[in-house]
Amino acid sequence: MSVREFAERGADLELVGIQKRFPGFTAIEDLDLVIPAGSFFALLGPSGCGKTTTLRLVAGLEEPTRGRILIGGKDVTDTKSHERPVNTVFQSYALFPHMTIIENVAFGLKRRRIADPVGKAHEALRLVELDHLAQRKPQQLSGGQQQRVALARAIVNRPALLLLDEPLGALDLKLRRQMQLELKGIQEEVGLTFLHVTHDQEEAMTMADTVAVMNKGAIEQMGAPAELYDLPRTAFVANFLGQSNLFTGEVVGTTGAAVTIDAGGTRIVVPTARAQRHQGEVTVGVRPEKVALHAEAPTATADRNVLGPGRVIDASFSGVSTQYIVDVPGVGAVLVFAQNIGVGPVAGVGAEVWVSWEVEHGFGLEDDPGESGRFPADDSTTAIAVQRREALVSELEEH
Amino acid sequence: MSGEVQAAAVLGGFTESETQEDRGPRGFPRRRRIGLGDWLLPVYTVLAFVFLLIPIAYTFVFSFNDSLKSNISWRGFTLDKWLNVCNVEGGAVCQAFTNSIIIGLVATLIATVLGTMIAIALVRYRFRARSAISLLLFLPMATPEVVLGAGLAAQFLAVGVPKDMTTIILAHTMFCISFVVVTVKARVASLDPALEEAGRDLYGSPSQVFWRVTFPLLTPGILAAALLSFALSFDDFIITNFNSGSVSTFPKYIYISASRGIPAEANVIASAVFLFALVLVIGAQVSRAARAKRLAKLG
Repeated sequence: MSVREFAERGADLELVGIQKRFPGFTAIEDLDLVIPAGSFFALLGPSGCGKTTTLRLVAGLEEPTRGRILIGGKDVTDTKSHERPVNTVFQSYALFPHMTIIENVAFGLKRRRIADPVGKAHEALRLVELDHLAQRKPQQLSGGQQQRVALARAIVNRPALLLLDEPLGALDLKLRRQMQLELKGIQEEVGLTFLHVTHDQEEAMTMADTVAVMNKGAIEQMGAPAELYDLPRTAFVANFLGQSNLFTGEVVGTTGAAVTIDAGGTRIVVPTARAQRHQGEVTVGVRPEKVALHAEAPTATADRNVLGPGRVIDASFSGVSTQYIVDVPGVGAVLVFAQNIGVGPVAGVGAEVWVSWEVEHGFGLEDDPGESGRFPADDSTTAIAVQRREALVSELEEH
Repeated sequence: MSGEVQAAAVLGGFTESETQEDRGPRGFPRRRRIGLGDWLLPVYTVLAFVFLLIPIAYTFVFSFNDSLKSNISWRGFTLDKWLNVCNVEGGAVCQAFTNSIIIGLVATLIATVLGTMIAIALVRYRFRARSAISLLLFLPMATPEVVLGAGLAAQFLAVGVPKDMTTIILAHTMFCISFVVVTVKARVASLDPALEEAGRDLYGSPSQVFWRVTFPLLTPGILAAALLSFALSFDDFIITNFNSGSVSTFPKYIYISASRGIPAEANVIASAVFLFALVLVIGAQVSRAARAKRLAKLG
């Protein structure tokens, strides 16, 4: 595929055994990934997880230490950035400050010697509803407008693959929602393959067809947003994508249909099909909104897990729902999101309550929460510190 | 008190005594007593400026002096020196001035091109001994000019290069490069690398990215560096004196003629250079103000 002509449609992106080392740390350990043509794919993870590095490798702004990158079946690993049918919407927008908006948008078309660059640039600006500002300079535009110009500057080239590097991060909530809708609309309209990198789980879930959750340079889990949310495989996914109540205990019984664990004296049952491990010490979980709160002990049935009695140690009202933290002796804190469908609060702080959820809502993880904590962002600060020190050492060695 | 003020006071609900307290006898705010601090700063400021500007004012005024050989005492106003500036001593003043301009332009051109390249390399790339090179580039600025000039002259002598315009240009290029590197480096460091990446991402080849993105964004820094280089070169006497042989430059001409009385023609050229610089500065300010106004109107 030559960059001298427009891509007919989106192309597949395939990453094979990618490794990327920087002096002092490894950003990507071993990454295999296939993104089908025409899909809206989100790479989701905390800062420092390697998602931006992945994007820069695909754009050709970094070279992989090992592995191959294929776009539309063609190996592009050894080609330069300007020879790839890929465009990027940068996090900082990176609009050229010395050019007008129209010159910015026409830049790529002119470099590729495509006919009527200015006309096509105006067309792209009309798509993002900014054609009336074509003669302005970037610094005269608001953040949201600059973001739309950056988008127009990328899609005007009809790349086979469009890369989005947290492009909505700098916008306020209302504008971000609006841009999310616009982006999704444009993707469907032009049928390109989008690779969207973000740390905002809500953004990834609302926009993408497929979400890959990335942690420490590797993909933890990948799938449709609803699928990922419903059945997280690891503790990291369970807590990065929404919140989860996790309980760890020894397996005390396995049947064809269910696995039972003993968590601090309380038995918790999960369906066998929804558990990754069936013996030894296992962590199981349930989403807080699936958990019900009871003022009196509910009658135990085979298809319901009941914990309690416990005490409400915190209750915060947020309009549509109330968030309770219940301390259950032997089990620990349980988070409950209760829809405010009744009249008045279910329970106040200090009240004695029971919690329960349907067995089919539980899930069993393949690791323990201890292996990847609740706040994985700490990893990145360590990595940055190591990188900084290495840079200093190598600078000192120079002389 | 006038009727209006009285009416306003009534409308505002003030009583006569209240307004009297805050205001002077005629309704104006009372002035404070003039203290030491009120006049000391203005006087000091004026004195400082007078001190700074006396040599320039003297040079300018005496360029109109109807002087004979030496230009020390005022003998009356004339425009002759301005009109016939190149007609004394066989045009020696003008010859020296032309030499200085040529040397300044050539040295500036070479130093700016080389210095810009060095500055970009120092900021953008990691290579062996980068910090050491950065430090070494500071040395010509820190070294006394006498040492630089004498050292260079000794080298030219040892190699057997005759001293002429070329040796002066070489010497000036040498010390100008350091200043260009320092000036342009600051500009390169403030340039967002994402802009060049965006250029590459948008199908720009390395040379296209340089000429269409990097260079235009560095232009203000490069221009500032070139102006500084030219000013340094045009102004330089010490290093030039060691390496010029029989070639005359404007500072050298003034120095030599100072011993037997500087002719008014030198004042004419000095004043002209000063006026030219003044016009440049005012022009830059006016155009900047106009641009800011235009931006404000659009925004």
